[in-house]
Parts: sequence; C-alpha cells; structure tokens
Amino acid sequence: MNLQIRIRKPLPHFELSIDVNCPAETMTVIIGPSGAGKTTLMRIIAGLDEPAEGFIQFGDEVWLDTKRRIFLPPQKRRLGYVFQDYPLFPHLSIHDNAAFAAGARKDIVQKLLERFGIRHLQDRKPDAVSGGERQRCAICQALAREPRLLLLDEPFSALDVFTRRDLRDELRNLKEELRMPVIYVTHDVNEALYLADDLLPIVEGRVDREWMQRSIVRVDDARPERAKAVREPRLSLAY
Amino acid sequence: MDWTALFLSLKLAVVATTILMIVTAPLACLMAYSRLPGKAFLEAFINLPLAMPPTVVGFYLLIMMGPEGWLGGMWTRATGSPLLFTFTGIVIASIIYSIPFALQPMRAAFEKIDPRLIESARILGLSPPAIFARVIIPNSLNGIAASAILVFLHTLGAFGVILMVGGSVPGQTRVASVAIYEAVETLQYGSAAMMSLALLPICYIFLLVVHRLTRSPS
Repeated sequence: MNLQIRIRKPLPHFELSIDVNCPAETMTVIIGPSGAGKTTLMRIIAGLDEPAEGFIQFGDEVWLDTKRRIFLPPQKRRLGYVFQDYPLFPHLSIHDNAAFAAGARKDIVQKLLERFGIRHLQDRKPDAVSGGERQRCAICQALAREPRLLLLDEPFSALDVFTRRDLRDELRNLKEELRMPVIYVTHDVNEALYLADDLLPIVEGRVDREWMQRSIVRVDDARPERAKAVREPRLSLAY
Repeated sequence: MDWTALFLSLKLAVVATTILMIVTAPLACLMAYSRLPGKAFLEAFINLPLAMPPTVVGFYLLIMMGPEGWLGGMWTRATGSPLLFTFTGIVIASIIYSIPFALQPMRAAFEKIDPRLIESARILGLSPPAIFARVIIPNSLNGIAASAILVFLHTLGAFGVILMVGGSVPGQTRVASVAIYEAVETLQYGSAAMMSLALLPICYIFLLVVHRLTRSPS
C-alpha cells in the first residue's frame, strides 16, 4: 500500500506545501530544522489537522480531498502514531496501555511486550517506569492495533543517548518485518542517515533535497567523506 | 428533634446528586471541549441559579411546575398527580438549583485532561463516546467526586427553593433546613439546635474530603 500526499497549508511564517509519495515497506525519514512544518505534516496525515487544500490517498482509499470535501476522521485511518512526548494513559498499566486498542488480540500484546523487553513491567503504571520504557510501550500500543501505516514523530528525542541508540537499533530491526509504509520525523542527521530508505528534507514547508548536503558540509568542512556519505546514505553506516 | 426531616434531607441529597452526575457529565464535556457558537450564553443561563436569590429561582420553578406551567402540566397529564409539594417536585427543583455546582468542578476536571491523550485515543480508533468512557471519566474521577460532594452539600443546605416549591409537607418535603426554620419560628430552640448540630459534622467532613480531592498533586 502506497501513501500519496499533496497538501497546502498556510502557517504563520511560511506555507507548508508538500507533494510526496511514500511506498510500502519503505521508511521515509523526514528531516529538517525545528519549525519547518514536519509535525504539522504528520498531524495532517493522521487527520488531527486539516490542510487548506489537499489530497491524501492510501492505497485506493481516499483519506482527504478538499475539492470533493472528503475527510476521513483519524479513527478510521487505522494508523499507528508515536509522538515524542505524548503521555501514555496514566490510569492504565503498561500492559493495558499496550492493549488499549488491540481488541481481542491479547496474544499480540504479549508478543510485542516481550519483543520490546517490557513484559516484566506490564503491571506497573506509566509513571513508575523510565522514559525509554514508556516509549517502548507507546510503540507496542501503536503496533498492537495492527496499523496500515506507522508515523513516528521524533519518538526518541526526549531520551538519553544510550537509550536512544538501543531503540534506534530495535526500530531498524523491526523495519525489516513491517510491510507498511513508515514515516519517521527527526532533526538528527545521524539518526536520519541510519534509518532512512528514503530521505525527505523539509525546510520552511517545502521539500529541499539539497538541504542535507548544505547543512552538513557547513558543519563538517574538515571531513569531506561525511558529505559524501550524505550523497550515498548507505555509506554512513560506517560511522 | 425531627429525625424524619434529617432523613428526608439525606434522601433528597442522594437522589438529586445521583441524577445530576449523570445529567451533568455530558453537559460538562460539551462545555469543556466543544466550540459551540452560543456556548457563553448557554453557560450564563445554566449558572443563573448561582446569582439569583433562591426565592426567585423558587418562584420561577413554582410557576413552571404548577398545574398551569408546562412542566407541571406535562407531569400531571403523564402521571395523574401534581408536581408541587411532592418529593419528586423538590428533587427536580434541587437538580436545577444545583446544576452550576455540579458543572463547574466537572468541567474544570475535564479541561485539565491532557488534550494529547484524547488525540491519542482518536488515532487508536476510539469513537467519542468510547473516549468519554475510557479516557475522560477515568482521568477525572477526583473532579467528579468533588462535584458530587459539592452538589450533595448544596442540596442539603437548600432552603428557599424547597420552601417555594415544596412547602413543608412532613415526610414529603419538610427537609432539615425547613424543619429547623419552623422549629425556630415556633420557639423550639432545643430541637433546632439538635438538628443544626447533626448537620454540622456532615458538612465539615465532606468539605475536608473536597479539599483533599481538588488540591493539586504535589
């Protein structure tokens, strides 16, 4: 299943104007400076925000078409969304959070908790586990719903370096098994290069394919091989 | 000392509180989350009993619930009995009189809920009623309890409205506050003192509980 996005939304300082295509089994990493409209784009895909004008189609299902006044509410889009700092439901245990939208598929929840290494914490409340463990649970919660599309909006940027590295590795492994399109937002260049199948730099609301190169060359004049790595993302794994 | 009146007061407070909680919860939800155009007008109207003298509220209710009033007329046609000077009548009056006290804390509790939790639930596929039951209610239990206790106390203390709509029918509408007033009028100070003393600790303890429930967690 293929996600097609063509949207336009005026923001306070610039206009968000994006036309992209995210194929299945591909992790598209959206990268760009803070305030470039990355999160707004994700919220529009999820149905939490509406663009001024636009068209979003998933497979052959139209999610949004402002011309034909079609708007599929977030409930019906069946996607998984992991946010940077969205809280888990504070009144529920880790297990019940992960199982929140899993319906009768209890075995999936156990498998996910096991896989993300938080099964031993399943009876604890979210405020009694670490930030990394909460984000693991958030990923379980999103996946337990068996989504058709996975959105990850800077899911690890509030975590410490070591936890972030572990989770990034786990996500890379998981990626191979997911049949759906995954969209990952980050402002961390290393993270982007490490995870991306397809890189999509967004600056001031527009796709700017040259941005990565410019910004890294500027920072790293002394290490030309790094700029080369940007042109050839697979090379960056050597770092 | 009029035990029947005390018991009737408690019964009225329990019945009115129960009904009010059920009625107010969706209304508070609407007030907290919707962007209705006329919300301010609706809210000011619901809060009127806060500002007006209880006798004025009682007067309007008396007109509305009398045999010629729309509510009283409808009730009589449906059940064959009048609404004024009955227990049902003072339950309805107490509900209208106490709505602002139920609405405000509940609305505040709903507004305190992290909107991101609601967005999260929407993405996870929950319909609005399911979000209400599975996210909003469980995360605002303290506010709902505080609201219930305030309504309970306010109903226990209601006097003017009940006197206007219910009069003083023993066992039907003569609640503690009315009985105390009548005891004083007939110079039975001993009886009035006993009943007042009985109400005091109930109110005091409940107010302590409200304080505990509504203070911010530190």
